[in-house]
Amino acid sequence: MKSIIAAIVFGLVPLVALAAGGAPPMSANTDVTNQKSLQSGAKVFVNYCMGCHSMEFMRYSRLADDIGLERDLVAEHLMFNTDKIGDLMTIAMRADDAAGWFGVPPPDLSVIARARGVDWLYTYLTTFYADPNPARPFGVNNVMFPDVGMPHVLWPLQGVQSYIKAERPADVISEHIEAIEPDDKGVVLHAAVTTKDGKTSHVTDMLEVTIPGSMKPAEFRKSVRDLVNFLDYAGEPAKLARIQLGYWAIILLAVFAVVARALYKDYWRDVH
Amino acid sequence: MTTDVDAGRRRFLTASVAVVGGVAAAGAAIPFVAAWQPSERARAIGAPIEVDISKMEPGQMLVEKWRGQPVWIVNRTPEVLQALPGIDDRLRDPESTQDQQPAYARNEFRSIKPELLVLIGICTHLGCSPIKVNQDAAPLGAGWQGGFFCPCHGSTFDYAGRVYAGVPAPTNLVVPPHKYLSDTRILIGADEGSA
Amino acid sequence: MKAMLTGLLDWTDARFPLSKLWNEHLANYYAPKNFNFWYYFGSLALLMLVIQIGSGIWLTMFYKPSAAEAFASVEYIMREVPMGWFIRYMHSTGGSFFFLVVYLHMFRGLMYGSYKNPRELLWILGMLIYLMMMVEGFFGYLLPWGQMSYWGAQVIISLFGALPFDLGDPLTLWIRGDYVIADATLNRFFALHVAAVPLALLALVAAHVMALHEVGSNNPDGIEIKKNKDANGIPRDGIPFHPYYTVKDIWGVAVCLILFAAVLFFAPTFFGYFIEQPNFVPANPLKTPEHIAPVWYFTPYYAILRAIPDKLTGVIAMFASVLVFFVLPWLDRNPIKSVRYRGPMFKILLGIFVITFIVLGYLGTQSPTVAGSELGFRLGELYFSFFLILWLHSKTRTASFNYTVLGIVAVLFVFFDAMRFDADKGMLMFVSSLLVIGYYVFFVLGSMYTKLNEPKPVPERVT
Repeated sequence: MKSIIAAIVFGLVPLVALAAGGAPPMSANTDVTNQKSLQSGAKVFVNYCMGCHSMEFMRYSRLADDIGLERDLVAEHLMFNTDKIGDLMTIAMRADDAAGWFGVPPPDLSVIARARGVDWLYTYLTTFYADPNPARPFGVNNVMFPDVGMPHVLWPLQGVQSYIKAERPADVISEHIEAIEPDDKGVVLHAAVTTKDGKTSHVTDMLEVTIPGSMKPAEFRKSVRDLVNFLDYAGEPAKLARIQLGYWAIILLAVFAVVARALYKDYWRDVH
Repeated sequence: MTTDVDAGRRRFLTASVAVVGGVAAAGAAIPFVAAWQPSERARAIGAPIEVDISKMEPGQMLVEKWRGQPVWIVNRTPEVLQALPGIDDRLRDPESTQDQQPAYARNEFRSIKPELLVLIGICTHLGCSPIKVNQDAAPLGAGWQGGFFCPCHGSTFDYAGRVYAGVPAPTNLVVPPHKYLSDTRILIGADEGSA
Repeated sequence: MKAMLTGLLDWTDARFPLSKLWNEHLANYYAPKNFNFWYYFGSLALLMLVIQIGSGIWLTMFYKPSAAEAFASVEYIMREVPMGWFIRYMHSTGGSFFFLVVYLHMFRGLMYGSYKNPRELLWILGMLIYLMMMVEGFFGYLLPWGQMSYWGAQVIISLFGALPFDLGDPLTLWIRGDYVIADATLNRFFALHVAAVPLALLALVAAHVMALHEVGSNNPDGIEIKKNKDANGIPRDGIPFHPYYTVKDIWGVAVCLILFAAVLFFAPTFFGYFIEQPNFVPANPLKTPEHIAPVWYFTPYYAILRAIPDKLTGVIAMFASVLVFFVLPWLDRNPIKSVRYRGPMFKILLGIFVITFIVLGYLGTQSPTVAGSELGFRLGELYFSFFLILWLHSKTRTASFNYTVLGIVAVLFVFFDAMRFDADKGMLMFVSSLLVIGYYVFFVLGSMYTKLNEPKPVPERVT
């Protein structure tokens, strides 16, 4: 049975890769007020992402102060490129080198959470799978971002997922993924499949971890949640302050509105 | 069209609107005023610097940069230190009464450790950077005990950064806030914390 | 102390018309006493202008208008300038609120006939302000130099390339100052956005208020209060602007600021409509985003542009859809100004126009689809039909007049559909045509054969 499934997987994966991409992402459920999560996410980011991705608008000192880490700790454990705590989070990789190696230079990630949204990022980082197609430079592909140029950097944590496709009816002309859900073994993909006669049916595919990493799927998802939470914070470090200030501003303006209305009504008692 | 106007109530309400409105306006103005403060970038660039002094020879001077200004660290020999009190009567402010140095540098050597002098290398006249001139340099006349000479308008300072009388510069050279992080490292630009 | 202040005032008045201006335009300027909710938006528009100018000037202190540094300078403002994020959000929220307020302000004009004699010039000045606002928003949107900034500007500038007689390409080259949108374009848009257009706006707003004060405000009943003055020459239905409307407008400002603050502090991107998501990706001339849409306040006109298959016709239709507002005072010359006293048909006409505008706006934000484009085309036809019906109902028309108009419209309608006919969507075109057919049956035939267009008696005094 497994060999049949494997045959289907390896045979049809390229087709599937074409269809995906517009799928609705999973909910990331991040909480920017959770400092432990942000600290954890910062650690993952610096250790796995900063080899290629800079965060040029973020300073280490700001990072330390905002997410509750001592500056000395940050200097010791999170700074690999510089020793000045006030420096920006730049990387050593040069853009033209990177373009040569990856096709496009890996983008700066300072505001990626504002550009893509946390849900998209969370789903993107958890839906890499092995793709034997020789055209794929790093042997992997991605459900949210088909034919992406990025290797699956987090594979030591997640392991390697394989795209297990369910049986399809004959004469499929198109398919697309309607829903993505987390699972104990990996990720569940609900797809809608349209056949030549115009009928649409539903199938359930899976991204299943076939080469385990150091984390089980649930633990890995939590780690990615922390990373995405950190990216969300980094996208707009002022967010928490802005929300706090907002409560006071609205209260002050409401008081102003109350007295302004009272004054208006008082004057207008003159008018008939 | 006017009915019986309660003037007191009207005055009270007008005053309340003015007061609360004023508070709201002040609140709205705060970000605009705050934005003119130095930004994170300016503060990072202007942050205190750490200098390694472990390899300094006696008589050597290091020049570093902090907040766009040259900072001199001078390793003074015992002879130079001994000669300092003798110059007092030729100086404008020998006791450093003017506020050109932190409290811990208001002493005869104008420093924390006698041998190590830290100065901002900018003439207090019009901002040029003076040159270090040792005792042996004749052009400054007999009795020159060594120190700094400003080429722009001829001001002279001794090896404690104190200004001579009769020169254009009005005050002693500035000693920036600094502290010793260890025997080999000095933090310049702050008395507290670290770089 | 009081004597000193009075003395100072007298000294000033002898040299500058301070008290005269105060009296003429505030303390003794008589406005109708029946202003309702729809009359807040003029002063709110002025508030938005002040907010934009204040926040805008401050942003200029930190923003760098070069292709290399613009995007980074905006993030610098958001992160490193103390409370820079607040000033940035003030400006982005203010831009959208300015348009929202002005649309509501214009709607008031449509409802109460504020564009009619003697306020035609007032309306034209207002339309010029609206036009200048659109230009200002367009130039300003390029400045953050994000993907949407770049490609949105690319699309709009290339519209000018549709000009015939080989004028298009040299024109777009001249506008851009380069072969593609580049640093040169950014710099000149910055200069226009920060200096030139704001000056024009200030001048136009001043002229707009002066024109208003010359004829006096309209009101929800659409009757002229100056026709009924007491022995002292004061309109019986008028009240001095100060203190009554100054005090009322302060309350209006308070409510508006609460909504403004709610957006600024809790939803500054407003779900991707006030600051669009792709704009957080730096401009990349080599990569077009999947989906380009202008900012929400341009989308109704963008939908009209997109719905028309021919580029030049689409451009003409888009400009026409804005410019048609200018001639409104000469299209609708019905002496009854206010919706309150025209028949129920006028209410329905206005209501459909609002729905048309909003749905077109929504369509403009979405990726084009076949059904969406078809709906956009039909709604575009309804959009222009609004003005036609307004003109038609300006006075009682004979049956033959009405039928002639109907005939001409039918010919044009069939002609446009024939020009763009596509067998694949023949059924869709037929079904959607019912929208337009139904519209004309109701508004033309309905005005002839029902009482729905019959006016009510206009009162002498305001209600």
